[in-house]
Amino acid sequence: MLEIKNLYAKIEGREILKGINLSVAAGEVHAIMGPNGSGKSTLSQVLAGRESYEVSGSVLFNGTDLLSLAPEDRASAGVFLAFQYPVEIPGVGNLYFLRTAFNAIRKRRGEEEMDAIDFLALAKERMKLVEMDPSFMSRSVNEGFSGGEKKRNEIFQMAILEPTLAILDETDSGLDIDALKIVANGVNALRRKDRAMLVITHYQRLLDYIVPDRVHVLAHGKIVRSGGKELAVELEKSGYAEFI
Amino acid sequence: MSKSATIFTEALSCLEHKLDSRYPDWLNKLRHTAFSSVLDKGFPTYKDEDWRYTRVASILAIPFKPAQSGMDHLFSCDAIDKLAGRFGETRLVFVNGHFVSELSSQGPLKDGVRVESLGAVLSQGGPNLSHLFAGDAPLHEEESHVFTALNLALTEDGAFITIPPNTTVSDPISLVFLSDTGATPFVSNPRTIILAGANSRATVIEVYTGILDNLYFTNAVTDILLEDGAQVEHYKVQNEAHKSFHVALLNVRQGRGSKFSSHLTALGGAIGRHEMRVALTEEGAEATLNGLYLPESGQYLDNPILVEHRAPRCTSRQLYKGVIDGDGRGGFYGRIIVQQNAMKSDASQSNKNLLLSESAQVDTRPRLEILADDVKCVHGATVGQLDDEALFYLRSRGIPLENARGLLTYAFVSEMLNLIRVKPLQSYLTELVLSRFSRLV
Repeated sequence: MLEIKNLYAKIEGREILKGINLSVAAGEVHAIMGPNGSGKSTLSQVLAGRESYEVSGSVLFNGTDLLSLAPEDRASAGVFLAFQYPVEIPGVGNLYFLRTAFNAIRKRRGEEEMDAIDFLALAKERMKLVEMDPSFMSRSVNEGFSGGEKKRNEIFQMAILEPTLAILDETDSGLDIDALKIVANGVNALRRKDRAMLVITHYQRLLDYIVPDRVHVLAHGKIVRSGGKELAVELEKSGYAEFI
Repeated sequence: MSKSATIFTEALSCLEHKLDSRYPDWLNKLRHTAFSSVLDKGFPTYKDEDWRYTRVASILAIPFKPAQSGMDHLFSCDAIDKLAGRFGETRLVFVNGHFVSELSSQGPLKDGVRVESLGAVLSQGGPNLSHLFAGDAPLHEEESHVFTALNLALTEDGAFITIPPNTTVSDPISLVFLSDTGATPFVSNPRTIILAGANSRATVIEVYTGILDNLYFTNAVTDILLEDGAQVEHYKVQNEAHKSFHVALLNVRQGRGSKFSSHLTALGGAIGRHEMRVALTEEGAEATLNGLYLPESGQYLDNPILVEHRAPRCTSRQLYKGVIDGDGRGGFYGRIIVQQNAMKSDASQSNKNLLLSESAQVDTRPRLEILADDVKCVHGATVGQLDDEALFYLRSRGIPLENARGLLTYAFVSEMLNLIRVKPLQSYLTELVLSRFSRLV
């Protein structure tokens, strides 16, 4: 599903990704772990289409050249990024925002748009997945949300937009253990045979709840080690010292 | 002065005509004095601080003729609804500065409430209103400006609204000033006077609009007097034709414990200047001034504001937002004066601007003159662009760039639209503002 070859990314002349190679098959969950500054977040931003990076290499997503697409086209193609720091957008209602996104994607795919009433029903149903209070619907996007509420909102959006590739960037950061469980349950409920996930995290903790098929260690902009889920446990014990 | 020769000649001939007409002596005298002061002072130039961003020369370069009545047969009430919205039963319609009774309507009004044509009141030899025409009640004589004097010298008509004490008018009163010039550029000088008696309440909406490509100049003055405890909500929609000029002064005097709120939405005109002067003359008066200006290419929308705290324990709030697109320019010049005796004054001012293009410009100048101790005054101004993080966030969810820009722009202005308490006006302005961003949304 996702085929990353020799991916380089630069920002302000500084090279952050230095030749990433990674392939993820449909239905798989891959964890990307690594110390701070290793390029984890850059990888997620580059895959979602952040334009501030100078990028080379190739990323094929279901056969499409992902790097040539605008962020909104990547979303239509089925890519979703759960942000490490979800952006607050005062003045734009959460529900309105999500319906606009949902229908924009449908329109692009040549599908029928959904009206407000049907969409509200869909939203109510999917909110349960992350135990989100319906009052969040009428609030501005992420405005005044706590860290945990923001992360739930990300997973809720993912549940609505139903991507084929979900990238979760440090979804566990800023969460207490209860919130972490709720978010992880939401993510697990969204695991499907035709959906791949890239779980980016610093700590092994999240992977106790979202159990990955593969674990990769990213250091200095490169994947330096790959293994099964036991690699995460090993890293928890030994730390990243050997990779820094 | 040479450039303004034409407008003077025309104005003079018009004044002569007015002097031997049916108007009372006291008004003729005032007009004469006003006109002399126009001649004495001349028009402001870019060197005048207050006028630096209103390019008066481009207005004076056009040979405007005095507005004539008689174009009104071209319009129906439905057409007015479409052009200027419909917000309540009572509505006075002025076409090219002249009152048109056929297009106007009066809802059921309580005893003593009067909503009428100022022209009619004056020509019927009504009471001596000279104290109401005192000008713009300036702190210093030199701050009285020439366009106000020109308005007094030439005013044809306008609205005269009287709310008796202890009377609440719940249905909003609408005033529509519509310009349709045909081929001849003209100037109209509407004058509106609103007298709110003690503890009365009323809502007044002024709409200025014009026909598409017409060239005209609206020089409007509105005076609002709030007696003790009166509450007036004032809305103004400046949606003049794109080539036109709009210079307006809203002059407010507030008595003890009165509450005034004003809400401007400015979209039209090549030059649109909406000046506010609010004098909090007695203890405990409150003024809330909100404004939204949306200049795009070819437009300059300027907002000079003067709030004067003349008595203790008064409150003033200003919130003005601008969205500037293309090579448009916006201006905000907010002055707050707290006089020496105005202890415990509480004044705040906020001006936020969003620039949508590289060539968009805004001039924002706060100016606080505080002569009293023990006051609370805060002000802040921001100029920014659409947030890249927010744009990326929206796009990463599948919302195309142009729509994401529209959504964020709308989010910026929606705060102002949400402050409008007259629901039909809120929907009308929401549509109007959305259509302005139509290429974005």
